[in-house]
Amino acid sequence: MAPRVEIDGVSKSFVMHLQGGKQLPVVGNVSLDVSAGECVVLGGPSGAGKSSILKMIYGNYRVDSGHILVHAADGPVDVASASPREIIRLRRQSLGYVSQFLRAIPRVSALDLIVAAAREQGIEEERATKRAKSLLERLNVPERLWSLPPATFSGGEQQRVNIARGFVADHRVLLLDEPTASLDAVNRAAVVELVFDKKRHGVAMIGIFHDEDVRERVADRIVDVTRFAAKAA
Amino acid sequence: MTIDDQPLLSARGISKMYGQHVGCTDVSFDLFAGEVLAVVGESGSGKSTLLSVLSTRLEPTGGAVSYRMRDGTMRDVFALNEAERRLLMRTDWGFVHQDAREGLRMGISAGGNVGERLMAVGSRHYGEIRSTALDWLGRVEIDLTRVDDAPKTFSGGMRQRLQIARNLVTQPRLVFMDEPTGGLDVSVQARLLDLLRGLVADLGLAVIIVTHDLAVARLLSHRIMVMRAGRVIETGLTDQVLDDPREPYTQLLVSSVLQV
Repeated sequence: MAPRVEIDGVSKSFVMHLQGGKQLPVVGNVSLDVSAGECVVLGGPSGAGKSSILKMIYGNYRVDSGHILVHAADGPVDVASASPREIIRLRRQSLGYVSQFLRAIPRVSALDLIVAAAREQGIEEERATKRAKSLLERLNVPERLWSLPPATFSGGEQQRVNIARGFVADHRVLLLDEPTASLDAVNRAAVVELVFDKKRHGVAMIGIFHDEDVRERVADRIVDVTRFAAKAA
Repeated sequence: MTIDDQPLLSARGISKMYGQHVGCTDVSFDLFAGEVLAVVGESGSGKSTLLSVLSTRLEPTGGAVSYRMRDGTMRDVFALNEAERRLLMRTDWGFVHQDAREGLRMGISAGGNVGERLMAVGSRHYGEIRSTALDWLGRVEIDLTRVDDAPKTFSGGMRQRLQIARNLVTQPRLVFMDEPTGGLDVSVQARLLDLLRGLVADLGLAVIIVTHDLAVARLLSHRIMVMRAGRVIETGLTDQVLDDPREPYTQLLVSSVLQV
């Protein structure tokens, strides 16, 4: 099957100008393909660059060399060289990112936050609302909270709102940055189910899961990122 | 190429000298419909000078600014005649000043401040003007019982929201903002930012916002230009510039923000 994400020869280092221009190598020569319906889990110890790889695919981090092709419905986009406009469009339509941290927006309710994420992709209001409610239910967010802004929610509740936000749209590629961290067993299982749903819909996923049990269940492949250790310059 | 592939505003090689002193120099960029561009930098970086030039409040020393008019033609904004330029500034453009007193008429009523811009583009029907003004006061969350009060009796946050209503009532496509949350209390700032964020998204506005506050840039903008000593030193997607700043000066700016 044709890959949905093709990462080829990607390297990244930070130059810390405030520390006298110190070079901080992150990863080198990352090469990885992910197909539709496949969930690839990044493994390796903390500090090995797993999260940095996701941030490069999403375009938060720039890359020093290599290509990151994401195949959108209307053709491939190389995130490594795309313009801001192209990346914004790619994120809106094809590339989603689920982290454990919600950037709460004052005065916007949990439900509206999730609906907005679906609306942005062009899903019409009624369907977006239906999906948002179903996700909040599956993630066991009590209904009395739906109409409230999540700023005052507990950490776990905010996290689940954020997961719903990440899963509500029909992105072709999803990046999962420890979405199950610190969730209880019931909610971890709910997230695993959501990942399975996305697989059935042919979504390509790249994820970081510290919980071994979750990792074993969702991963089609585990890629140890220590093999992309940056060579000292 | 569809119309949306063409920029709304295009700046090429903009420079502004104040005698020997550089205001800004060699600034080029394209802004597209619905795009929010934040221009960040410290005092004296040239960001406000740039905004003044782009909005035709200052003549540049060099370079050109062109704008896609409502009829689709790209025009050099400094080659427009005075009547064309005034019409553009009153209809298709807005300008939100840091100090609301510069953008409002302090002695006339809130409703009058909003209605005046409508009358400037030819509205004559009093009832319609008043109902549109009321609608906009509601959208910026000003208590409708205050419609006949003058903004000199308003708080800073209310004045700023009124200034925004006055600018948006003619349905502009591009709004310039100069530190719109500067000088406001933090809680008032948060409310204003939230309101702006919603309006910009709902109306699909293009915005060029000058701010020294990176949190404002993070919340509102798609793209960032970092200025220092009159030059653009770094530019890119907002989260990219803030999460992975490349230039020494940008790294200093980002690392200087206190984490709360």
